[in-house]
Amino acid sequence: MIPFEQFVLQNGLRVVVHEDHATPMAVVNVMYDVGARDEDPSKTGFAHLFEHLMFGGSVNIPSYDEPLQRAGGENNAYTTNDLTNYYCQLPAENIETAFWLESDRMLSLAFGEKSLETQRKVVSEEFKEHYLNKPYGDVWHKMRSLAYTTHPYRWMTIGAELSHIENATLEDVKRFFFKHYRPSNAILTVAGHVTTAQVRQLAEKWFGDIPSGEKYIRHLPLEPVQTAPRKLEVHANVPADAFYKCWHICSRTDRRYYATDLLTEVLSGGGSSRLFQSLVKEKQLFSNIGCYHFGSIDAGLAAIEGKLVKGVKMEDAEAAVEAELQKIKGTSVEEKELRKVKNKTESLIIFEDMSLMNRAGSLSFYTLLGNTNMINEELERYQLVSAEELRQEAEIIFDANNSITMYYFGNH
Amino acid sequence: MVNRQFAPGIKDAINYTLELKPFRKFILSNGVAVYAIDAGVEEVVQLELVFNAGNWYEHQNMVASTTNHMLKNGTSRKNAFNINEHFEYYGSYLNRACYNETAMLSLHSLTKHLHELLPVIQELITESAMPEAELDIYRQNMKQKLEVNLKKCDFVSNRLIDEYLFGINHPYGKYSSSIAYDALQPEQLRRFFDQYYVNGNCTIFIAGRLPNNIELLLNENFGSLPLNKAQLPHITHPVEAAAEKKYRIINDKEGIQGAIRIASHFPGRHHPHFTKAQVLNTLFGGYFGSRLMSNIREDKGYTYGIHSYMQNHVQQTAWMISTEAGKEVCEATIAEVYKEMQALREKAVPEEELLLVKNYLIGTILGDLDGPFHIIGRWKNIILNELGEDYFYTAVADIKNVTAKEIQELANQYLHPNRFYELVVV
Repeated sequence: MIPFEQFVLQNGLRVVVHEDHATPMAVVNVMYDVGARDEDPSKTGFAHLFEHLMFGGSVNIPSYDEPLQRAGGENNAYTTNDLTNYYCQLPAENIETAFWLESDRMLSLAFGEKSLETQRKVVSEEFKEHYLNKPYGDVWHKMRSLAYTTHPYRWMTIGAELSHIENATLEDVKRFFFKHYRPSNAILTVAGHVTTAQVRQLAEKWFGDIPSGEKYIRHLPLEPVQTAPRKLEVHANVPADAFYKCWHICSRTDRRYYATDLLTEVLSGGGSSRLFQSLVKEKQLFSNIGCYHFGSIDAGLAAIEGKLVKGVKMEDAEAAVEAELQKIKGTSVEEKELRKVKNKTESLIIFEDMSLMNRAGSLSFYTLLGNTNMINEELERYQLVSAEELRQEAEIIFDANNSITMYYFGNH
Repeated sequence: MVNRQFAPGIKDAINYTLELKPFRKFILSNGVAVYAIDAGVEEVVQLELVFNAGNWYEHQNMVASTTNHMLKNGTSRKNAFNINEHFEYYGSYLNRACYNETAMLSLHSLTKHLHELLPVIQELITESAMPEAELDIYRQNMKQKLEVNLKKCDFVSNRLIDEYLFGINHPYGKYSSSIAYDALQPEQLRRFFDQYYVNGNCTIFIAGRLPNNIELLLNENFGSLPLNKAQLPHITHPVEAAAEKKYRIINDKEGIQGAIRIASHFPGRHHPHFTKAQVLNTLFGGYFGSRLMSNIREDKGYTYGIHSYMQNHVQQTAWMISTEAGKEVCEATIAEVYKEMQALREKAVPEEELLLVKNYLIGTILGDLDGPFHIIGRWKNIILNELGEDYFYTAVADIKNVTAKEIQELANQYLHPNRFYELVVV
């Protein structure tokens, strides 16, 4: 049981407090309900660019990092297709420093031309490092634009193309900020050696006078149901052929999510999982293989990806994957195998919750989903999944008409 | 309205008293030492069996790491699938890792399942069979993975810089190759396994919410094994550093970034300068606000990130600066790295910046003492490196007390461009 309390400020800022007096530290986590899915299709990569700009100084404070580090703190941030999260950890006695810093950058950024100029370059290098200058680095860029015709998940967090970031202007940046970085669009979670009363007082003091702004109402275009298989062949300068296949799955808040998650675990969670045992060890068609899903809030994708052993034909590799999928669609998993993936999920949740920072992040995420107490309810939902539900879910997901296949051929 | 112009008051982190929870030590019947931290609220446990079985002891490249990997790939009674299934059924994670001096098996599990898992770990470290078929699969897949990795400039640069520093025959300088994988034979692995695991030298670290009968449990499973009987062979490996210091390599004609590595030898953890040099390293390139990050990322935008650090070797080590930068700005990046070294040599670091770094480091240690796994991690480092039980406290004192003058002296001693190897791989 992870205890928490919550309240909402007048301006709409949702606040969650998790007291843990076993640590001398405090975590301050600010999650903004904005991700790459909220971007204009002609200005992609903004949510992520923002993550960088948020460290370039706010309206009253020239540097975010320096005062935090002086107070013994450290911080980081990440952006997904769904949300942007900023978190810092510091000795609890210095917690007001974090309130001062986080509230000032929610009030307004400094919007310096120099900061924008530099971060455009930094993000370009990040783009190159992770997506252009890496073998297979373009796979998800291509896969997303094939899997989604309409929904903004069709571009990656880093952006659809470098030019969107290179052409970003200060005006664009300001508009994006005042549309999305408002108290009514944010969740503040404070965890560690703090009290709810103290957090309430500090939240009122530092965040209370920030104008609530116009509430952003998300109207994203729904992805039409896919009705026929989609395929793509890619030839690139890589040493090994690779096979990628995706299927549309349900959203994060759908009750079917838990079966989907366990399904990917049955297929490829660890050395005794089905795909690894059958295709890497017994048939030796793949040198590695994985199955996972994106965990996105809106309807996402499940994926299987693997590199083929030299000399193996793509069609043979695909047929072997298909045979495993037929098996899981046709016959319910044995009780022992189901128990195994549930036990793994149980320990994963417990291990994750060991870290104060993870607890703060999870509390924010579940609040964003609409029910903070999911942090205490998730395990039970996994436990309720039956073998038959898994089989049914497999049947729904692993349907040829729902699939997107990519043959990625190397030169050899 | 709150006044946002002024920072709230802070307690300097250097005024905190840091405490590292002491371990409990007990000795199994066969002499194996166990270091235990019983702490935390979650009912979880982390068990690490550390063997002196790193690549320092192998006579042929890759034997140590392959033996370590194959610990999960079959015993005389269980095949790889059975082993994986057993640990996974109980929701536990059994990992192995091979380093230069040591190699280990580590288990993360819920405390309630520990008694089901220990007997199988015992089986793995006494009866691993190193099956040929498993070795063949491993070899094939690792060779393919290597081929992919060799396309990456960062991977290639990490290998080469170590080779320049220590020599291709030294445990710190050698690396994998297709030829080395092809030369592996099950018989060599079995011999290595027999000498360095079955009859090897082992230390156990355990942390978390420990069951009341933990001593008994460990003794039942590991206390009667023939461990810690034989003396470790005394093996020395001469360092053969490259004569040439500057390298520019084209690995991929179409590459758009270069992996830059700038490195020099450094005496290592036992040297009295080590902790104070760590403070200098933090200032230089060891945290987000470092001189290198502020200049090369935040001012020039040449890179997504640039870092400096001391390599984690037991004996002598290396001071490394590492980044990936746009191909056309690699030389400019290197010039800026040397400028930052020069600035640290020529001008004492301002008191305010030094205090900030000290607070940051102490705050980080304070935060890092979160939970039993982190606490045992610190002790493991101290014990395996034989740093002495007061090391934590002397290191904290060194961080708190180091002066700007000492930092400048260290910069003058260690941060000279002519000490450094320099490599760009595109």
